[in-house]
Parts: sequence; structure tokens; C-alpha cells
Amino acid sequence: MPNPSDRRYTKDHEWARRDDGRVTVGITAFAVEQLGDITLVELPAVGTQLRAGQPFGTIESVKSVSELYAPLSGRVAAINPRLETEPELVNSAPFDTGWMIAVEPSGDELEQLLDAAAYTALLQDAH
Amino acid sequence: MSQPLSGLLHHERPIFAYSSPGRTGASLPACDVPAVDAQTLWPAALLRDQAPALPEVSEPQVVRHYTRLSQWNMSIDTAMYPLGSCTMKYNPRLADWAASLPAFAELHPYQPEDQLQGALQVLHELEGMLAALGGFARVTLQPAAGAHGELCGLMMIRAYHADRRQQRRKVLIPDTAHGTNPATCTLNGFTAVELPTSGEHGVLEPDTVSAALDDEVAALMITNPSTLGLFETHIVEIAERVHRAGGLVYMDGANFNAVMGKLRPGDIGVDAMHFNLHKTFATPHGGGGPGAGPVGVTAALEPFLPIPTVERAGDRLRLDYDRPRSIGRLRSFWGNFLVLLRAYVYLREHGAAGLSRVSELAVLNANYLRVQLRELLHVPHPQHCMHEVVASDRDLRPLGLSTIDLAKRLIDYGFHPPTVYFPLVVPGALMVEPTESETPETLDAFVAAVRAIVDEARTSPDLLRSAPHLAGIGRLDEARAARKPRLRYQPDADDPR
Repeated sequence: MPNPSDRRYTKDHEWARRDDGRVTVGITAFAVEQLGDITLVELPAVGTQLRAGQPFGTIESVKSVSELYAPLSGRVAAINPRLETEPELVNSAPFDTGWMIAVEPSGDELEQLLDAAAYTALLQDAH
Repeated sequence: MSQPLSGLLHHERPIFAYSSPGRTGASLPACDVPAVDAQTLWPAALLRDQAPALPEVSEPQVVRHYTRLSQWNMSIDTAMYPLGSCTMKYNPRLADWAASLPAFAELHPYQPEDQLQGALQVLHELEGMLAALGGFARVTLQPAAGAHGELCGLMMIRAYHADRRQQRRKVLIPDTAHGTNPATCTLNGFTAVELPTSGEHGVLEPDTVSAALDDEVAALMITNPSTLGLFETHIVEIAERVHRAGGLVYMDGANFNAVMGKLRPGDIGVDAMHFNLHKTFATPHGGGGPGAGPVGVTAALEPFLPIPTVERAGDRLRLDYDRPRSIGRLRSFWGNFLVLLRAYVYLREHGAAGLSRVSELAVLNANYLRVQLRELLHVPHPQHCMHEVVASDRDLRPLGLSTIDLAKRLIDYGFHPPTVYFPLVVPGALMVEPTESETPETLDAFVAAVRAIVDEARTSPDLLRSAPHLAGIGRLDEARAARKPRLRYQPDADDPR
């Protein structure tokens, strides 16, 4: 699955896309492939303040439990309500209906993240 | 219903399916106190309308049911069980014999101390043997498992810093540590800081530790040998740097089977370490317990040991609760006594030379497998390993296969699968720990099975994808089991078979 060019990426395999005033956050297809079948996504409460690089939730698969790292600082404005009962959405559509949180950013960190080309190159270097 | 032909391959159903109203396996004496109506004791909201649908079965039905289920299992008594990091060694029957002796098995912990002298002697001598093996001043036998030992160790480290009026909140943990280590930190109110191990050599570098050291670091928590099966060669230098910064070193001793008689952790700067008695010394495990996780400490941590300790007073042994700086009680009574007793028997039977030999053979067996598995699978750290070797599914992935497919197919060849997808630093990891128990012939048979499976991966990959075929239950849908678990038997739902 190609990495869409309408968004930014972190080396921890999260994506972040500006949608009007908010930034939508999820994990990449590469991350999902590494994790295997997702069984549980734990997300923060709406209103939680996030700091870039700090854990904001956990994702559990049949293989492992991993932390989710905030790509940018800000306030959690929304979470994906479907993931509570349908964590498999992260497997089937990681860049779309498998989104995790929407953040009201407190700075301009989004612009400092990797673009799709740089992230794709990172994956190729590592493997 | 019609009875399927099953021969010795029992098609066992849930025990509820054998229930018949009024059937019972218990014969209770007549009630000798007046019956009381439950409705007079509890509010109506707490009372149920119907009796719970518990299975009503006879004693032989119960025995057969669980015996049949047990025959679906693989165990160390039926097959090689190379579950990495778990040290599934053969457990000598002699240890079970000792644990079944009525003088131990029927002892009650509330008996007066003068009737417990034999048991206290076992505890006292076991502590001495573990202290000698680990190079520690004292050992507490109380923790009930490895992770409980970690908790105990970090509680003592926290108490040590608090005693010195120091606020230290951080614990450094390499990314090759056991998964329980970060959880232990969090449970103790510490913040776990992950340290990367260097990619090429897979071990922790002193400079990586130095870069993370500051006056907030309470301890380094290191698994040695690591979960890559590698010895942390810089441990002495690393421990010195941690100590210079005012921190302590905690070692996860789960992999101690690799270094018995070769390395005393207390000599190389380790301040506290838990032993996993059930892994290293003769207690059957793998089903969740009971285990034992004694913790050895240096003299600096001794005041903080949990209560009670066993102390000698003249020719008697007694339990000492008068330890004002103790972290308190961690376990009811005196720990998992019969597990401690098995370890005592194992240690006494082997003696110092025998224990060294155990570690030599465990390491030799792992390296024997490492050299042969390298021909068949990707082994990311091909240098000498300790008690276990980590391979990966790198060369299977282009065929659309993963570690789980190889692991499940091993069942068809009569081997318990190794640990899979751990450690996390190796994608698609397959972690193989043969232990000292296996003969060269068995190791060869294991390698032959892996070779056959790697061939099948190319010629008939579906054999792997749908494995196991020769098991009571085939491939389970682990994702569905985790996403939509059915935790309660529902009489109206279909029989799962």
C-alpha cells in the first residue's frame, strides 16, 4: 500500500494529515503489516493534551503491545469511535477509516515531519 | 447425537455437555446446622432467580474430561519444548517426590515455629546456596514468580534511594529486556526509559547508558544474557558508570541457566537480581504457575528485604519480622514453599560442579542449533550465543509466510513451537531455547523438522498456512479470539466443535 502524499509521517510509523483546523493521526500500512491482526486500540480521552514524541495510547495485536507516539503537540479534539468495537479497521484501512485521533495542534510541528517520499525512502533504507 | 469415531484422538466437548440434572461427584455429610433462607440474609437485588448452570457431572467424568484435554497438550514430558526465554527443561521426578512427602506437603504454616524447623532449614540452606551462586549478601525467598521478584527488587531500590533522601524516578531498560521489566517500573511509580542496543552486535553499549544517565536515574534494569541470547559483554563497565551516577543495577535473572557457576552477578556490579526457580531449578511451569522468584541483594540493600527472613538463633531457626527498614510483606506465609523445596533438591543433587555442567550443556545445545539453523533460516546475530538463539522469518516473508506458520507446522513434526515474535527488536523472531535436557539426537531431529518445513514453504506453502494438522485442535483464529472473546459458556450457543 503506497504512502499517501497528502500527509506527513514520523519515523515511528504514525501519519498526520491536516483537515481544516485539525490534524488527523493514524498509523501507517507498514506499521500495521509489522503488527499483524490488531485486537485492541486504546486511545486518550477527548481534551487530553499531547506532547510531540510522547505516548498517547497503545495498540495491541496478536503479536505484541506497542505504544502510539504523538506526531505533534496539541489537544485531542476527537477519537475514532469505531475502533473500540472494530479494531480491524486499522488493518483494512490504516490511512482512512482506521484513523485514531484528531488533534488541535498547538504549534507548527506538522511541517517538520517527513513527507511521503522521505518516509518511503526511510522504509527502503531500513529493509 | 451420533458418536464420531475418534479412537485415541479424543474429540472432547465442553464439560457442560456432559451435565445431567442431579448427577454429582461429591458426597457431602448431612447439614448439621439449621438451614437459613437466603432471602432473609441478602437484599433481593443480589439474589438470582435460577441456580447457575454449573455442570452436574460425576467424578470419573471430571477426571476423564481433564485427562483428555491434557492429552491435546504438548509438554516437556512428551516433546522437546524449545520455548525461548522460558527454560522448559526436564524437571527431575526426584524433586516432585520430595515435594510430595507428607512432612512437607501437609505442613501448615501456622504450626508453631518449633515444628517448622525442617522447613525453615530448607529455606535457610536454599538462601545460602542461591546467595553463593549469585554472589549476594542475602536472598529473599518470598516472591512468587519472576515478575514478582522484579517488583520486590525495584521496591527495595526505591526504598534505598528514599532512605538516602534522593528523588530518583527513572529506570533505564534496554530494548532487549524482558517485557515485564517496563511494567514493573510503571507499577513501582518509576518511568521506564528505553535504551537502544546497537544494531550490529545486539548488545548494550556503555556510551548509550552514559547518554541517559543523570541524577534522576534510580537503576538500570538489564536482562543478562539478553533476550537475543547474547551476553552483555560491557556489563562491568556499564555497572560502574551507573554506580558513579548514583544509580543501582537490577538484573533480570530469567536467563540464569546460561551462566551458573560461570558468573556471579554480585561480582560484576549487580545490586539485585531475581532467580526464576521454576525455570532454572526443577519446577514444572508454563501453565502460569506456581513459580518462585527469589531476589538476591548486596549488603547495601539488605535492610530493605521483605519480612520475614529466616535467621539462626543458636541451634534453632526463627522467622524475623523485626526489620524496621523492610519494604514489608510481599507474599502470604513464607513464599511458594514447595517450589522452593524443589529448587533445594535440584541444587543439592547437582552440586556446584553439576550446575556448571548444566549451563555448559545448555549453551552448547543452543550453539549446536545456532550453527545448523543458520543454514536454514536468517539468524540476525550469528555470533556465539548463550542459552538461546534467535532466528527470524525474513526469508519466509517473500513466500507469503510468517513465523507463526513455521511454528504451527512444527507441532505436526512433534515439537512444541519456540517463542514467536519476541524479542521485538527482531521482526518475525523465532526464539529457540533447547536447554541442557535434550540429546544430540533430539536436536538433530528438530533441525531436520525445520529443514523439512523450510522445503515445504517453497513446495507446498499451504501446508504451513493451515498447520497444525496433527493436533486435537487446528489453527485457531487468534485475532477473532482477542477481538470477540467468549468468556462464558453459553448453553444455547453452538458446541464449538
